[in-house]
Amino acid sequence: MIEQMIIAGAGGQGIMLVGKVLAESAMRENKFTTWLPSYGAEVRGGSAFCMVSISDEEIPSPYVEEIDTLIVFNQISLKRFISFLKLQGLLILNSSLVSSNINKKKSKIISFPFTEIAIKLGDIRIANMVALGVYLKQKNILKPETVFKTLREIISADKKSLLEINLKAVKEGMRIG
Amino acid sequence: MKKEKILISGNEAIGEGAIQAGCFFYAGYPITPQNELTAYMAKRMLQEKRIFIQAESEVSAINMVLGASSCGFRAMTSSSSPGISLKQEGISYLAACQLPAVIVNIMRAGPGLGNVFPAQSDYFQATKGGGHGDYHSIVLAPSNIQEAFDFMFLAFDLADKYRNPVMILGDGILGQMMEPLRLSVVSGQLSDRYNLKTKNRKLKAKSWALTGCKKRSPHIIRSLYLKQKEIEELNLLLQKKYKTIKQKESRWQEVDIEDAKVIMVAYGTMARIAKGVVKKLREKNKKIGLIRPITLWPFPQRVFERICQRRIIFLVIEMSYGQMLEDVKLAVEGRAKVEFLGRGGGGIPKEQEILHKIESLKI
Repeated sequence: MIEQMIIAGAGGQGIMLVGKVLAESAMRENKFTTWLPSYGAEVRGGSAFCMVSISDEEIPSPYVEEIDTLIVFNQISLKRFISFLKLQGLLILNSSLVSSNINKKKSKIISFPFTEIAIKLGDIRIANMVALGVYLKQKNILKPETVFKTLREIISADKKSLLEINLKAVKEGMRIG
Repeated sequence: MKKEKILISGNEAIGEGAIQAGCFFYAGYPITPQNELTAYMAKRMLQEKRIFIQAESEVSAINMVLGASSCGFRAMTSSSSPGISLKQEGISYLAACQLPAVIVNIMRAGPGLGNVFPAQSDYFQATKGGGHGDYHSIVLAPSNIQEAFDFMFLAFDLADKYRNPVMILGDGILGQMMEPLRLSVVSGQLSDRYNLKTKNRKLKAKSWALTGCKKRSPHIIRSLYLKQKEIEELNLLLQKKYKTIKQKESRWQEVDIEDAKVIMVAYGTMARIAKGVVKKLREKNKKIGLIRPITLWPFPQRVFERICQRRIIFLVIEMSYGQMLEDVKLAVEGRAKVEFLGRGGGGIPKEQEILHKIESLKI
């Protein structure tokens, strides 16, 4: 098994974090994993993406071009990466910011207004975690408990209030996904 | 809390490896894609009560390393391609002074200021000297995050053993990507981020170091020899050392080469991709293998000498336009066919491109 994915959006939407949580959770489940960020002169609001691979075997290239899953948080990212998605790949869209009117018939398209859901949950910044929850529900690659454990460890003790809302967001994503 | 494995970037793994290998002095100047290494050292070296300096330039940083090394400390600097070009004068001086030092180059696309994307186009510069004069740095090419960490121990040990600069040659992908790292060395002081600890290595005092000459005759470290005969003698000494290094220190990895008809030759990130190709084609019973040079200088000639008698095609794959290719051709000496696939300027030869190339060889 190898799962290759791209998570893309704007700088500040928590794109890198979703990827890191997935990679760290994969590591905790003793899988092989790589995480490769877009890097350079990156800015808040600019384009941001990361490439994540999870596998039972050694991963050849951390740079991926034929992906199983694409998670996009803004319109530009969809345009940029849709051609990377395999014929029957999974596309997860943030319909608050992305028009889901796309011509990719054989792909499985899952679309939710992540930004609006996040605002309702109490913090716009957790849209990324709602999407993560949807992904966990859609693909049975990582155990949700592992992801919760990862979040508990990477969110430091002095930001305990953020932990709760992040966990809540992932759970909400799993519920609707 | 003790953790067996951590998720860490290549840049940070190199930094932590250096610290655990006993690096006491770091000087550097920021440049993408190795910035996380400088940032990591800025934080961790102070925690360890060692020395970190953000120098005013790359030239300054390499000369600070020369100074620290003269005094017997394990010293290192890091940069990316354009910055490494600036350091070449200092590296030549290190080689002439026979001073150990570790230099990390996380390569980006050139020539010139180029851009920040990954490349392997500094191979010539790294392996053929780079600066002026007849000298070589020992060059190690890690291919994953585990090696990025582990090779730092080897790098400092080789530098001290031969009193010679050692270069770690990686690319932007290796520096930026994260992968699980299994920590082998744990004891000593705590770090806050990953609960990492430092191995308390007892390093031997260096008999040649400048430590103050009270009650002994002065040690002299220099690269200026005004008499013609003197500098020739130094060169002969260096050549003798390089011969020993060539005999004893060449390292490589072989993947399925014994019955292979096509043997790819690739290093660093490119070798990972090639390894995936070997696996894919072996499943279809294609006789394909891979030689991955681990030391780029000394180049692992011996493995080519061993297998060259047979009718095989070597396929050199690089993220550059035929640099390691020349070393492969020198090692093969016309005894086998050598083919090439390469892309530069941030382009990476992809699995599909490699498969097409192999198919075109019609074996």
